[in-house]
Amino acid sequence: MRATRGARVFLAGLLSAASLIGVAPAPRAEAQAYRAPRTADGKPDLNGIWQALNTANFDLQAHVARPALALRSGPHGPVPAKEVLALGAVGAVPGGLGVIDGAEIPYQPWALDRKKENQANWLARDPEIKCYLPGVPRATYMPYPFQIFHSDKAIFIAYEYAGATRNIYLTDPGPPPVESWMGQSVGRWEGETLVVESTGFNDRTWLDRAGNFHSDELKVVERYSRTGPDHMQYEATITDPKVFTRPWTIRMPLYRRVEPNVALMDFKCVEFVEELVYGQYRKRPLP
Amino acid sequence: MLVAALLLGVWTSAGAQTSTSSIPRTPDGKPDLQGFWDAATLTPLERPRQGQGKTLTPAEATAIERAAAERRDRGVRPSDPNRKAPPAGGVDSAGGVGGYNGFWVDRGSSVTSINGEARTSIVVDPPDGHVPPFTPEGRARARTRRELANTFDDVEARPLGERCLMSFGSSAGPPALPVMYNNIKQIVQTPDHVMILNEMVHDARIVRMHGPHLPGSIRKWLGDSIGRWEGDTLVVETTNFTNKTFFRGSSENLKVIERFTRLDAKTLLYQFTVEDSTTWTRPWSGEYVWAWSEQPLYEYACHEANYSLEGILKGARRQDADGSAGNVGRPR
Repeated sequence: MRATRGARVFLAGLLSAASLIGVAPAPRAEAQAYRAPRTADGKPDLNGIWQALNTANFDLQAHVARPALALRSGPHGPVPAKEVLALGAVGAVPGGLGVIDGAEIPYQPWALDRKKENQANWLARDPEIKCYLPGVPRATYMPYPFQIFHSDKAIFIAYEYAGATRNIYLTDPGPPPVESWMGQSVGRWEGETLVVESTGFNDRTWLDRAGNFHSDELKVVERYSRTGPDHMQYEATITDPKVFTRPWTIRMPLYRRVEPNVALMDFKCVEFVEELVYGQYRKRPLP
Repeated sequence: MLVAALLLGVWTSAGAQTSTSSIPRTPDGKPDLQGFWDAATLTPLERPRQGQGKTLTPAEATAIERAAAERRDRGVRPSDPNRKAPPAGGVDSAGGVGGYNGFWVDRGSSVTSINGEARTSIVVDPPDGHVPPFTPEGRARARTRRELANTFDDVEARPLGERCLMSFGSSAGPPALPVMYNNIKQIVQTPDHVMILNEMVHDARIVRMHGPHLPGSIRKWLGDSIGRWEGDTLVVETTNFTNKTFFRGSSENLKVIERFTRLDAKTLLYQFTVEDSTTWTRPWSGEYVWAWSEQPLYEYACHEANYSLEGILKGARRQDADGSAGNVGRPR
């Protein structure tokens, strides 16, 4: 298993190198072999409830497990910060080999400093903590399912987390009229792949819980390709000339939630963070 | 009486009439409800005057629409920079401190008109065009809620719209009602699902076609919606509401039946019946049309910039400290 996984990472590295020198990465073998069921207008059918199964939302980069997302110095190394101590093992961060091409996100020097500062101030700064809209591509690999509605006229994604939504325009409506949390997304088909270009973001969403961030010049190009009855390959290339030295790409499979009774549940977390955000303004603040 | 019966006959057959017309259809032959729809209408939920009939004369409809246009024109004029501050405590339910001018308000430009009949109210049953009386339990619940909304001690007392948990005025529904702005909706339809996105608070209602409702232990803010086709009408039944969902005093026993019928390329007839015997003395029904819109929806990121709620609570604490409470808490 380890060898196979290593080979995949190596392959991803090769693909990345290819994209750097301007050669389009070859479609993955599975994508070539698999022909997805079609919608009425002959497109690969993306309908369904999907979910990522990885640690990308903890940290896009390769990382070993650590005691908590918020740490403080102990006499013999980092220990959980006081605010999260009571969570014990539940508050720990599982390790993962990362989902990016290459070893590290290509930050500009100032931006790398900011990323580290973000991570050190995770509790105060991660927009997920306050139930803010997740942005793109983070919405995809949040640990919640999302549902794609795909007809011959429209593609629409509803995310369980925070009830976030995205309409994927199939005709370009022109430049986004205003910046937003989820951006403006325009989709097109390249063979078996739905390519979605998103722009018009504000600078307030993050890319994971490790402080990875972007500016309002973020542009995301996502590629959704069915690779099997219950699998989809997802890639997102992130461009942001204010923050990164070059475009960079994340890749991961998405899994269909195959439970026969699967349905998106409510996760209106606004309610869940009211004590955190407004508790201090109670007439009688809780002890 | 005879006229009324005839009119009623026209109304109940509205769905059937469209089956022969050339409405857009999906590849599987169902009426295609997809696109952007504008639910704004000048027709109020309830008939404004007691004893008023169901329909407006053309002259009455024109008068309402002209008055609305004049209000709109007045509302978009630049504010007088030398105007005085509003009185302490405000002048209306929204405070009246200048929060909304004509730029914000979009109640549409016409009354709802069904089969050529301009309507006085959205409610059509009871026939007097009014929401039926509360049961004693419903009345008590509404009073409790009203009194709670008049307090500022805890965030949970504030209305769901103020907390960015739900749209106000049942904009998302169900049942969906027109409100003062953001009335655009998007429908996406697949063979297995119908998704109805409400712009306000970006609530995506996901209607599962056929299939059973979720278990009774699973309650949802917008309820659990199951759809079926009756001829060319999409019928959606919604149950499993939370006990925090609050539609004009409803309880978690609320059941809503909606009927979506595409009348023509530009018009969607939206009909609903609400039942909650713990709240109202009888079921009641309404109907109005949604107009095809070329306007897409925009992001309604409410919670992310909810400075108002913080201000409301902070203001109340300040008043506690000053001993100046009393000017807040106007009933809604």
